[in-house]
Amino acid sequence: MTDTIARFIGFSARQLPDDVTAKLRELREKETGALPKVLYEAMFRNMELAAELSRPSCQDTGLVQFWLRCGTGFPLINELEGLLREAVLQATAETPLRPNVVEAFDEYNTGTNVGRGVPCVHWDIVPGWDGCEIYTYLAGGGCALPGYATVLMPGEGYAGVSRFVLERLTEYAPNACPPLLVGVGVASSAETAALLSKKALLRPVGSHSENERAARMERLLEESINALGIGPQGVGGSYTVMGVHIEHAARHPASLGVGLSVSCWSHRRGHLFFDRELNCTAASHAGFQP
Amino acid sequence: MTTYKDGRRILSAPLSDDDLRSLRIGDIFYLSGTLTTGRDAVHRRVVEEGRALPVDLRGGVLLHAGPIVRPLEGGGWEMVSIGPTTSMRMEKFEYEFVKATDVRLLIGKGGMKENAARACRDFGCVHCVMPAGCAVAAALSVEEIVGADWLDLGMPEALWTCRVREFGPLIVSIDAEGRNYFEEKKAEYRRHKDEQLARLAKELAFRE
Repeated sequence: MTDTIARFIGFSARQLPDDVTAKLRELREKETGALPKVLYEAMFRNMELAAELSRPSCQDTGLVQFWLRCGTGFPLINELEGLLREAVLQATAETPLRPNVVEAFDEYNTGTNVGRGVPCVHWDIVPGWDGCEIYTYLAGGGCALPGYATVLMPGEGYAGVSRFVLERLTEYAPNACPPLLVGVGVASSAETAALLSKKALLRPVGSHSENERAARMERLLEESINALGIGPQGVGGSYTVMGVHIEHAARHPASLGVGLSVSCWSHRRGHLFFDRELNCTAASHAGFQP
Repeated sequence: MTTYKDGRRILSAPLSDDDLRSLRIGDIFYLSGTLTTGRDAVHRRVVEEGRALPVDLRGGVLLHAGPIVRPLEGGGWEMVSIGPTTSMRMEKFEYEFVKATDVRLLIGKGGMKENAARACRDFGCVHCVMPAGCAVAAALSVEEIVGADWLDLGMPEALWTCRVREFGPLIVSIDAEGRNYFEEKKAEYRRHKDEQLARLAKELAFRE
């Protein structure tokens, strides 16, 4: 299992998930400006070269994050955190990934992509199940910069939420490598909203919330962010986002928490599933051989 | 020196004043010659600690980047992946950095602001951006790593001096007159934002 995950991390540093590639292809066709065309040409040439030469497609291979949906009956549940850490060490040496982990306060690079609290592992425990889903995410530094969470007065309402998102993106999106995938969390407090906004980035590109109003807001925000005119890499264009995903939780009557996370166009998210016999499938990347 | 090949405009480093002054915001070109990578930690050493760079950047090119480099058997280094990093992180230091090093072309990702624009105006310097996330294509334009300095800063922060060929495409973001492409575009984006917020406020009045 460690080997498979290590190889998958390397693979996902070289090849974007199928849904992201398809969306970029669609946006490339729709952009008409001269600068966007030059940029998309460079982006697609790079994607082909990265796959062909087996190299990380972006030099910033990010901090490795894992989101687990793990059954309590999964045979390796106790070993999981240890083997994920081992997989990161292995992938760093073999791919190679850029060493990106700087210890806080001591301010030195560990050189291994492992450090205090890194790789970051989030758990969703599923009682009575024997499978394990692993979302991998290579989170680059540049697209972490727009990240923000705050708590609004409920009277500001969903118009306030959209103001928060648009103001932040107008200032920060041009530098975060658009077209972006935008994750918005709506909850009660800063940390719940922030966490949901990141989780929203793990959904397939262009999927919609099961809540009808949230889904409508996703569409409206997508139109409005595109209408800002920021375009690929901030040079100006008709499409700034690959999608807007909203995840939500119930809130306190007196608070409206809102969080924002974005991913760059090179959205290196992966999804693995292991059954109890450790048979593996990679739903995000049809080209990966487990 | 400026040459043209297959419709591409190619500038050779070191760049002359004429080369630099011929560049206008929004122009696209490619670079051949030598460049050196440097980002946060390099800027802090030069500006905050007053240390001299071990590389001569006079009239030269600084790339805001932290590459992936692999040691070669038998010595030397191979460029695996290289791409621009967010230039805005260097904004705070850039005027003093350009003044101290006499570097003339800055390459990075995303725009910079008034401090960098003032350096461009005062010293005839240019900032440009290259497509980000295109690190393999860029690495293939690196012919050789000819210098590795300040390796104690770690791989992403060290000074990697590279001989490059037709490195790009590069898009001029701040020209030697101090015109700033991204700041001008941002004024448009802000206008659009106000229009969109008015629209969204009407659409998003959800009640119980």
